Amino acid sequence: MIMGKLKEKLSHLILPLSVLAILIVVNLIKGADYFSVTMINGALYGNIPNMLFGASELVILSIGMTLVTASSRGQDISVGVAAAITSAVFVQILMNSGEITWLTILVAFLASCVVGILIGAFNGSLVAVFKVQPMVATLILFTAGRSISFMIDGKLSPVLANELTSQIGGVMPGLPIQTPIILTAIFIVIVAVFLKVTNLRLYAETVGINAKAARLNGINPTKILFMTYMLLGICCAVAGFIAVTKSGRHDSVNILKYIEMDAILAVAIGGNSLGGGKFSITGSIIGAYTIEMLSRTLLRLEVNPETIKAFKAIFIIILMVVSSPVVRGYLATAKKRIGVGTVGDLAKKEA
Amino acid sequence: MSSIVKTRKESLSNSNLLFIIASVIFVLMYAFALIRYPGSFQQFQTFFDLFSLNAPLIILTLGISIVMIGGGIDISVGAVTGLVTMSCAMLLQSNGGSIVGAMLLALGIGIAFGLLQGFLVSYLEIQPFIITLAGMFLANGLMTTIHKDPINVTNESFVALRDFDVVIPFLGNHNRLGNFIPLEIKLGTIVAMVLIVLLVIVMKWTRFGRNLYAVGGNSQSALMLGINVKKTKFCSYLLCGALSGIAGFVYIMTTGAGNVGNASGFEMKAIASSIIGGTMLTGGVGNLFGSPIGTLTLLTINELIRAAGVNSNFQAIVSGLLLYLFIVLQSVVVWLRGNGKFTIMLPSWMTFWKQSSQA
Repeated sequence: MIMGKLKEKLSHLILPLSVLAILIVVNLIKGADYFSVTMINGALYGNIPNMLFGASELVILSIGMTLVTASSRGQDISVGVAAAITSAVFVQILMNSGEITWLTILVAFLASCVVGILIGAFNGSLVAVFKVQPMVATLILFTAGRSISFMIDGKLSPVLANELTSQIGGVMPGLPIQTPIILTAIFIVIVAVFLKVTNLRLYAETVGINAKAARLNGINPTKILFMTYMLLGICCAVAGFIAVTKSGRHDSVNILKYIEMDAILAVAIGGNSLGGGKFSITGSIIGAYTIEMLSRTLLRLEVNPETIKAFKAIFIIILMVVSSPVVRGYLATAKKRIGVGTVGDLAKKEA
Repeated sequence: MSSIVKTRKESLSNSNLLFIIASVIFVLMYAFALIRYPGSFQQFQTFFDLFSLNAPLIILTLGISIVMIGGGIDISVGAVTGLVTMSCAMLLQSNGGSIVGAMLLALGIGIAFGLLQGFLVSYLEIQPFIITLAGMFLANGLMTTIHKDPINVTNESFVALRDFDVVIPFLGNHNRLGNFIPLEIKLGTIVAMVLIVLLVIVMKWTRFGRNLYAVGGNSQSALMLGINVKKTKFCSYLLCGALSGIAGFVYIMTTGAGNVGNASGFEMKAIASSIIGGTMLTGGVGNLFGSPIGTLTLLTINELIRAAGVNSNFQAIVSGLLLYLFIVLQSVVVWLRGNGKFTIMLPSWMTFWKQSSQA
């Protein structure tokens, strides 16, 4: 029973995991020292820690994006902008609070979370109440958001120059791992526990598969949609917090630019349907790390920085073609014709 | 009995209703601009400059509207346009460069992207968002690979084409000195206008256009009706790609330079204008006359803000608000009509786009 469940889960993860494996192999061929880790100033650095460090915002956003995709059958393209706004609020509260202590950072962070929830509620109201397609609804904020964040800033890129925030964005004394990695891990654990103890996963999937049927079964689709968008708002706030502490300044034009595309991509690579329904957060997390690893691998292979995007595009196209239902169906019939049978069939025979 | 049938009024379809709302708001806004800032907005030149400077955006909006009517989405258009401008600039600067060659190259690149994306989306049934996102990355990456720095085209015949203005002597304004200045229109405007008329005809009266509405509205029932759903979708992406190619050539015809930042962010602007023009992302609803109106609405707002002289950040914010207004309006109207509580009838003489049936 447990084995069956595990197998079912793994079949969803085959695609992202195999891609990750291929990337690791490519990296190892390029240089065997890929996994080597060095200690600099009491913290671990190396290819893998850097990859984890660089992908932290993307991972957090892709978690929220998965939830939203599952419940609303569409994607939020305003996540990068929302993170820019929340981090602008965070920076402004810190700058105006006089002395910067752990308490003021916490207060500012909570305030930015509230702003994130408000943004989520705005998008959620359009999607849940007015029944607008999520991409269209979030296009509003996508258009206006960077300007709003610039106006909150008041001036060009305010600088966060102090000990505590650079510790959050860099390394805490006494901890050998960079703080954003730890924060991401904590966030993932919180989300995992949250999904384990609440019914949100089941309800979000139900609403995504068939909102009317969910309604008839006593689930309020409006409420669930609102909730997922608010959760995404919190994800945006956390991602913005990490991004701004990492860079030490708030550049409202460039902070987390185009990350919404990467987050949607992470959801798709993770084996989730962009049309809603069943979802796998693990897949999205692996997908997010895969994207970051892909960029870093291309850099490591000394591909021209200008050409990286084109390579990425070709990679995505190949990945999507391989995982497309038509190609899968075709391969399955081809296998049957040769008499091999699918992997699942083989497993059944053995059992 | 027959007289009753004859006087029966046709109720509006969603497409036309949303189109009328968009046009009314555009007219109201332009009227407001005329009253508030008579100096600049009263000139014909200002109105046609909106067309001249933004012809590429209008063409892109047409393409995206077609894809959206078919129930898909294409976010690669801006990047493809940028790629086309850069490659055309490179070609024109090279030795054997000619205008005809550049035109063919522009169309070729556009059609190539249309073919690739159309095939992947319609025949392999991959999510259009992801594929066109990949297309955007691909076009962007290719553009920066071809050339990083801005290129100013100095090919003589091209410069002549770039500076060519169509002068309309009977329309124009007197300048401050009292001299009469005739209206000048860029060639791009004419291309855009011709495309608008052509595509409206294609979408209204050809088999492809009608099939596309059916496919976007409900692909299952379209399939039942014997429509080749895959081919129709494929053709819509192909058309959109070709239009991005044309838009790229018009872009370089207007600016005369290839630059990495060319047409960046146009995809979202085009989608926004398309939505303002009454096209719905769910598919099957839209009017191609609405698309240029949507673009012009968005541009007029920006012109108004520029004329008002406030912080330029308000441009984006007001555009967002406008989008919000339209989206909510659309959803409320469609919802009310779905419930049957709200119907709009126009007198029969106004329904020029749809002959009332005479039985």
